[in-house]
Amino acid sequence: MKSYNCVVCVKQVPDTKRVTGDAMKADGTINRAALPAIFNPEDKCALEAALRVKETYGGTVTVITMGLPAAKAILREALMCGADRAVLVTDRKAAGSDTLATSYILSQAVKKFNPDLVFCGRQAIDGDTAQVGPQIGEKLDCAVVTYLEKLELDGDVAIATRDIGTGVETCRAQLPALFTVTERLGELRPFLMRRVMEFKNAEPEMLDCAAIGCEDSRCGFAGSPTSVNKIESVVLAGGDFKEVSATDDGIAGLVAELVKDHTIG
Amino acid sequence: MKNTQGEVWVFAEQEEGKLSEVPFELLGKARELADRLGVKVGAVLMGSGVEALAKPLFEGGADVVHLVDDPALKVFRNKAYRHAMVELVKEANPQIVIFGATHMGRDLGPSVASALRCGLTADCTDLQIGDYTDKKTGEEFKNVLMQIRPAFGGNIIATIVNARNWPQMATVREGVMKPLPRDAARGGDVVRHGAHLDGVEIPVEVVEIIRKTSSINLKGARVIVCGGAGVGSKENFKLLHDLAAALGGAVGGSRAAVDLGYCEHERQIGQTGVTVRPALMISCGVSGAVQHLAGMKDSAKIIAINTDKDAPIFQVAHYGIVGDLNVVVPKLIKAIKQ
Repeated sequence: MKSYNCVVCVKQVPDTKRVTGDAMKADGTINRAALPAIFNPEDKCALEAALRVKETYGGTVTVITMGLPAAKAILREALMCGADRAVLVTDRKAAGSDTLATSYILSQAVKKFNPDLVFCGRQAIDGDTAQVGPQIGEKLDCAVVTYLEKLELDGDVAIATRDIGTGVETCRAQLPALFTVTERLGELRPFLMRRVMEFKNAEPEMLDCAAIGCEDSRCGFAGSPTSVNKIESVVLAGGDFKEVSATDDGIAGLVAELVKDHTIG
Repeated sequence: MKNTQGEVWVFAEQEEGKLSEVPFELLGKARELADRLGVKVGAVLMGSGVEALAKPLFEGGADVVHLVDDPALKVFRNKAYRHAMVELVKEANPQIVIFGATHMGRDLGPSVASALRCGLTADCTDLQIGDYTDKKTGEEFKNVLMQIRPAFGGNIIATIVNARNWPQMATVREGVMKPLPRDAARGGDVVRHGAHLDGVEIPVEVVEIIRKTSSINLKGARVIVCGGAGVGSKENFKLLHDLAAALGGAVGGSRAAVDLGYCEHERQIGQTGVTVRPALMISCGVSGAVQHLAGMKDSAKIIAINTDKDAPIFQVAHYGIVGDLNVVVPKLIKAIKQ
């Protein structure tokens, strides 16, 4: 039976669900340092998809991230869960990359490992763009299957079930293929105890842009067509709502008002 | 190349020969942008045997329908659609291309942008035409597309520009832009294009599609009753259904309510769910995380019911009731029935 080499692209992200007042700077920008850095949730599902392939059919799982050295933390987590190799692409040239430049750099790194299957989380919780996965797929010029929920393999063909919003699609994709994975695939398995000790201080393989053959003009700010013109923190207007008492009279009055202004009725 | 006379395009996605409301929302915004720029609105229609859909697109605001009709485009497949779209953009050189931030648009848009090496801003909530000065070089750009979107979990609103590598591309959140009233008198030109798929290997074959037969229609609902973690149980959610029924409305839930299993995923309102703006939103036991507020704060009237008077939901509410929803909701139902 065929075994499969899997690459999983992962990202360390600030935990945007925990943004509080302390995390906003006076100029309205986010103080990333004030937020805990976590393993992007859907990238964990992508890792789970790869680990299931390895478990069922055999093969290897290589985890790649692009980021600062601090991102080693999530690579160690991936190793503790069962990944075989961990790679950190880190380079000052990559700073300021938008989705296009990021997908270019990651695709260059992925190519180095010549995988049968590439898994990405559908989107990262800091940007919510869902762009990097399909863009890596375009650059690898392989089959692209987004919103993966279930996967089986049959030789050189992946039988994939994906969410298409208006329903569920089953397709057959020729390998190599790239998948973006949603939470519906399932949660990442817990750390394996024996691997926790083994990998708690593991050092990933380090690559810079030159090592993966990137053209400088396609990395970082230089390779990013989009620029941020303006950032505003969200200040929700209002705060001066009309308080309605939770009594029969209060509520009857509210309903009468809504009928009068044609909201209901 | 920058074509300042180029059309403003929308990708008019269709499935099984039917257009959803999304292309019409996009056309509403594209019309506004194109009128400001003094150019035409083009709708890109791809599929197999879909020419009849050109008419409603004209009625919805398109001046030109770019039709790519090919058996290989019968169902959406990334490679086939990407390839056809990339060739079409190269051929006709639009200045702006807008996709719906649907599953299809969020699959196709990034792939096309990647192939063309141009920028793409995801999930925009507004688009405007404006001038931009590059802060580093001082270079000025007139009439560029301001792509406005929430980021960082909805905690910031960013305005993104793509001043150099055109076309300027964006995906737009569903349910945010307003469609124009359909004008049956409007017509336009259908321009046929080839799919350029000869000799292109498509590595994916669609075996089966099972359509959702969901009766949940949050977007079309005039009234929405939305429950959060504070509802407390799946059983208590029935109360919200009763209230919605009394008002002829629909029931939604916050992410917390969905995660707790109180209601189905399809009902989720917020950044990772559906964006809604009903005439009336009745929010019950929802604390009001910023991700949730992003998906409902543009409702015309918001009534918030919560036991915690400091809950952030009250910041967007027009009416606030501090109290137990198990007491308040039955009273509301009673008052409405009278």
